[in-house]
Amino acid sequence: MNHFPRWAWAPFAVGIAFLAVPIAAMFARVPWSQLPALLASDRSRDALRLSLVTCFSTTILVLVLGVPLALVIARSSLRWVRWMRTLVTVPMVLPPVVAGLALLVALGRRGLIGSHLSAWGIDIGFTTTAVVIAQTFVALPYLVVSLEGALRSAGARYEAVAANLGASPSRVFWHVTVPIAAPAIASGTALSFARALGEFGATLTFAGSLQGTTRTLPLEIYLLRESDSDLALALSVVLIAVAIIIVAISTKLSSRPSLRAPSIASDGGLTHV
Amino acid sequence: MTASVKKSLTAFTLAALLTAPLAACSSDNSTAPESNPTTAATDTTAATDTSTDSTNNDAANAPSTAGAVVFAAASLSEVFPLIASDVDYSFDGSSGLVDQLKGGAPADVFASADKANMDKAVEAGVIDGDPVMFATNYLVLVTPADNPAGVTGFDSSLDGKRLVVCAAEVPCGAATNRLAEAQNVTLRPVSEESSVTDVLGKVTSGEADAGIVYVTDATRAGKDVTTIDIAGAQDDPNTYWLAKVTGAPHPDAADAFIAAITGPGAKTLSTFGFGPAE
Repeated sequence: MNHFPRWAWAPFAVGIAFLAVPIAAMFARVPWSQLPALLASDRSRDALRLSLVTCFSTTILVLVLGVPLALVIARSSLRWVRWMRTLVTVPMVLPPVVAGLALLVALGRRGLIGSHLSAWGIDIGFTTTAVVIAQTFVALPYLVVSLEGALRSAGARYEAVAANLGASPSRVFWHVTVPIAAPAIASGTALSFARALGEFGATLTFAGSLQGTTRTLPLEIYLLRESDSDLALALSVVLIAVAIIIVAISTKLSSRPSLRAPSIASDGGLTHV
Repeated sequence: MTASVKKSLTAFTLAALLTAPLAACSSDNSTAPESNPTTAATDTTAATDTSTDSTNNDAANAPSTAGAVVFAAASLSEVFPLIASDVDYSFDGSSGLVDQLKGGAPADVFASADKANMDKAVEAGVIDGDPVMFATNYLVLVTPADNPAGVTGFDSSLDGKRLVVCAAEVPCGAATNRLAEAQNVTLRPVSEESSVTDVLGKVTSGEADAGIVYVTDATRAGKDVTTIDIAGAQDDPNTYWLAKVTGAPHPDAADAFIAAITGPGAKTLSTFGFGPAE
C-alpha cells in the first residue's frame, strides 16, 4: 500500500516538527487558568460570534462564486479565461494589508466604485459587510485554485458521456461535476474558511475595528497582545479550536460514501444521486 | 490509520494558515509610516539634514554611536535616523518591542512611545539603569484636507460623524480616553484601531470624517489633513522614554546614542513636532 520511498519519512519528520514545535510551545505558554474568564468576557464572545457569523457568510459567498468560477477556468478553452487563472491567485500572494488597501481604493468612500455607492447613500466601510468582503477577497482563491486543479486532473470524460446521453449542461453540472468534485469542494471550502477565520490585515485596513461590528477574533487577539501577550495566546487557542472543528466536519463530509464519485465510475450511470 | 494521519496533517496546515497572517502583521506597523510619504514630511527632512550634519561635526569628539542596535517605537522611524545614521534600527509598536526584548532579542537601546511600555520592560528586567524621558507628544484632531463633514472641534460637531480613534489598549487610545474624560466629551467612534498609523490612514483616505492622532502624525501627513487643536491636550502629553538594555552587546555605543538623542537630537525632534522632555 505504501508506494513512496522510505527516505520521505525524514523530511516528513522535519516538516512536522517545523510546524508542530511552535504550536506546542504556544500551548505550553498559554495561561490555561485564565481561559474560562477570558471566554466569559463580552469582548471575547463578541469577537468569536462575529468571526463565526462573518466566516460562514464568507464561506457561502465563496461556494456560490467559487465553484462556477473554478469550473469555467478548468473547462473553458478561451485564451483570456486562462489569464483569469493567474489573476485568481493574485490575492493569495498579496500582503493582507495591501489587499485591504486595494479594497479601499475600489470600494472605499473615495474609491472607484465606492464613491458612486456613497452617492447612493451606501457606505461599506466600518460595517460587518466590509469584513465579509475582505474575507471573501482573500479566501475565494483558495477554493478556486484547489477545485480547479481537481477538476482539471479529473478530466471531462464523465461530463462528455453525460452530455452525449442527452443531459443538459446544468444537469451535467449538478449530477456529474459536483459529485465528482465533492471532496475537492469540501477541502477547498475548509481552506477558504480557515483563511477567512485567520483574516487580519485586509479587515483592519478596509473595515476597521469595533467590538461587535468589525472586530473579529484575530483583531481582538492582536489588540489583546498590546496589553497581555499571554492572554492573546489563550484566545488564539480558541481560534485554532474553531478551525480544527471545521476541518473535522469537512473531512467527515467529504468522505461520506454517498458523495463519492466511484459509483459513477463503476456503472457509468447518472442515477445514483 | 491513513485517514487519521491525513486529518491531523490538515489540522497542522490549517494552524499554519491561521497564524501566518497574524505573524506578518507585527512587522506591518514599522513599514506603514515609510510607505506613506508626504510632501510635507519630505520638506522637513530636507530642512533638517543640514542642521544635523553640523551638530554631528560639533560632536565629533563624542564617543561613537556606530554599531548600536536600537529598538524604537514606530513613530520615531523618520526622526531617529536623522539624529544618528550609523545605528541599526528596528522600528515596531512599543509593546511588540517589549515582547521581543523579553524573548532575548540582542538590543542595546530601547525607545518607548509611552511610559507604560517602558515600565513593562523595566518590570521584565530587560532595562539597565533608569529610563530617561526625551520627548513629548500630544493629541490633535485631524480631518481629511477638505473636512467634508464640517468638524469644528473636539465637541458636539463630532456627533454622528465617522470618528476613528486608537483602541484603549494602545498608548494613543489610553490618552484619547483620558482626554475625553477630562473634557467631558463622549466619543462614539466607528472604529478603534490598534495603531495610530491606522487611524491616520483612515482619515487621509477619506474613509473617516475625523480621527484623533498625535501632533507628530499630523505633521507627517502635512497637506493631506486639516489639524484642529484639542483644548487641554498639551496639559497631559504622552511621554517618550529611552533606556539601555540589560546586557547590551555594545554598551559604549548605547551610551553615546542616548547622549545624542537627549542632547543635540532635541532640535531635530522638535522639527518633527515632538515637544521637549519635561
